[in-house]
Amino acid sequence: MSDKVGGVVRHSVEDKIDAAWIWDRIARALVFVGGISAILFIIAIFIFVAQQGLGFALFELDAATFFTSPAWRPTSEPEPQFGALALIAGTASVTGFAMLVAVPFSLGAAIYIGEFATGRTREVLKVLVELLAAIPSVVWGFIGLTIMNPLIIDLFDVPVGLTILNAGLILGLMAAPIMTTIAEDALKAVPEGYREAAEAMGATRWQVIRQVVLPSAKNGLVAAILLGVGRGFGETMAVLMASGHSVNLPTSPFDSVRALTATIAAELGETARGSEHYQVLFSLGILLFLVTFVINLLADILVRKGKGRRA
Amino acid sequence: MSAQDFGGFQAQPLDLQNQKNQRLFRILFLLMTVILILPVVIILMLLVSKGAPALSWAFFTENPVNGMTEGGIFPALVGTLWIVAVALIASVPLGVAAAIYLSEYASDNALTRAINLAIINLAGVPSIVHALFGVGAFVLFFGFGTSILAASLTLAVMTLPVVIVSTRESLQAVPQAFREACWSLGATRWQTIRKVVLPNSISGILTGVILEVSRTVGETAPIMFTGAAFFLPFLPQGVLDQTMAMSLHLFVVSTQVPNVPEELPFGVALVLIGMVLVLNSVSIAFRMYLRGQKKW
Repeated sequence: MSDKVGGVVRHSVEDKIDAAWIWDRIARALVFVGGISAILFIIAIFIFVAQQGLGFALFELDAATFFTSPAWRPTSEPEPQFGALALIAGTASVTGFAMLVAVPFSLGAAIYIGEFATGRTREVLKVLVELLAAIPSVVWGFIGLTIMNPLIIDLFDVPVGLTILNAGLILGLMAAPIMTTIAEDALKAVPEGYREAAEAMGATRWQVIRQVVLPSAKNGLVAAILLGVGRGFGETMAVLMASGHSVNLPTSPFDSVRALTATIAAELGETARGSEHYQVLFSLGILLFLVTFVINLLADILVRKGKGRRA
Repeated sequence: MSAQDFGGFQAQPLDLQNQKNQRLFRILFLLMTVILILPVVIILMLLVSKGAPALSWAFFTENPVNGMTEGGIFPALVGTLWIVAVALIASVPLGVAAAIYLSEYASDNALTRAINLAIINLAGVPSIVHALFGVGAFVLFFGFGTSILAASLTLAVMTLPVVIVSTRESLQAVPQAFREACWSLGATRWQTIRKVVLPNSISGILTGVILEVSRTVGETAPIMFTGAAFFLPFLPQGVLDQTMAMSLHLFVVSTQVPNVPEELPFGVALVLIGMVLVLNSVSIAFRMYLRGQKKW
């Protein structure tokens, strides 16, 4: 389409339909599909897990027993028992122990890398943290099984080394890189002007960190811890291999426990499709999905709030 | 504590106390960082020293024999290559498309926020839940059975965030002025992306893909019930076959098989972690090289 203005033919760019325009539209539609695919997948994950487990969780599973009974005997005859308390306690104790170890060290490392280290040291430390994150969980589990296990037995003179202590330490090391990275991002997001203002008033680096940077980055740091908790909570292979995998209400770090994730991994292969046992494992999956979803949502809100306040 | 002379200013005792605190905390945080990183070094040294005796040419080229207590890891290596290749074919185009949408088209609205939240959640959902999804969706609903295809698609969904996030970063690193220059010549948005944005970020995208390969190689739980077999001394003939895989093989030889000589699982672990760390190092080195090359 074109119109004549004072003898000059002027093409209106917006209205021109040619091959390039058509390709532009096609590309736009295709990348849009890619863009929303993440949303579609998250919905699909919930639907497919719920399809196998939600009906059982709502209508056949006794919620009171599920959350309060430690008796997990899914194959006992004639009446299988589905009490998940011991599994929840197992996951909570291992994750809790991991956080006890990992939170202080991760935040300390984030502060050192973000605020003290400079130049090459900083680069090297960041690369090493990245490599720590790269070690696959089955290798961590293997380390728990073959290296930590005898070490714990020797050091503490206990009969079994596959315990909360073992799995917790390993989980702590696994969750540390993500916490360090996110926490360092949060520190980096504090405007340089804040630091300069405090330094101009004679504050030392540590005073600046403690009284200016940390309070200002608070939300991001909490988000980092939450994501670490989510990581520990959802870890499967390492916990399966290092925690001892026995149904147990733990009373000390030297007890063996069984985690929610590990239970699914260990039992799904042995169940008949559609059986009660099979369905209850998917119900555990729904629980895991919902808890991690809430954790990630909270972390996202916190990060957003931190950014919004500063802008 | 005596007051010290700092270029004409009198340092007060309080300042000196602060200086001392400063040094103290600096050392404390350095120590914490080192304690966090030290285990990697120790673990690597242990794996190398205990696993190296198992390595030989035959270890890489032979089938496991004698109830998996002897022999090599050949089928597991090949299986892992299959799984990774199929997963990449599925996830890279989708992930790059998503990143292009987020970086080049999306405005800051509710949909974009929802997409970002979904990406965070895809990365945060426990791997065993991804496994349940894979069983429900790919094995049963789409009827792929336990196969390489089902396992790879499960892993593709799981590692999609890795591709999206790293690709988006490298797209956003292309200066806005490049795009504006191209638009001002009358190019469409897609022409600009294809001729200007993608060529200038392709190497950054590649480092993200390498990172994804490394993640895919190590994942175990998602493939346990979707396509990886405990023991299968044949090579897969197509994507609908089951296969062995390195990660699951490590789990099997270290927990499920009795009377395995100690160095065998260490050898498997060493090969697995070697693959992962080499891939990661290549990705990191490539990224640093690119940063040095950048002209803008």
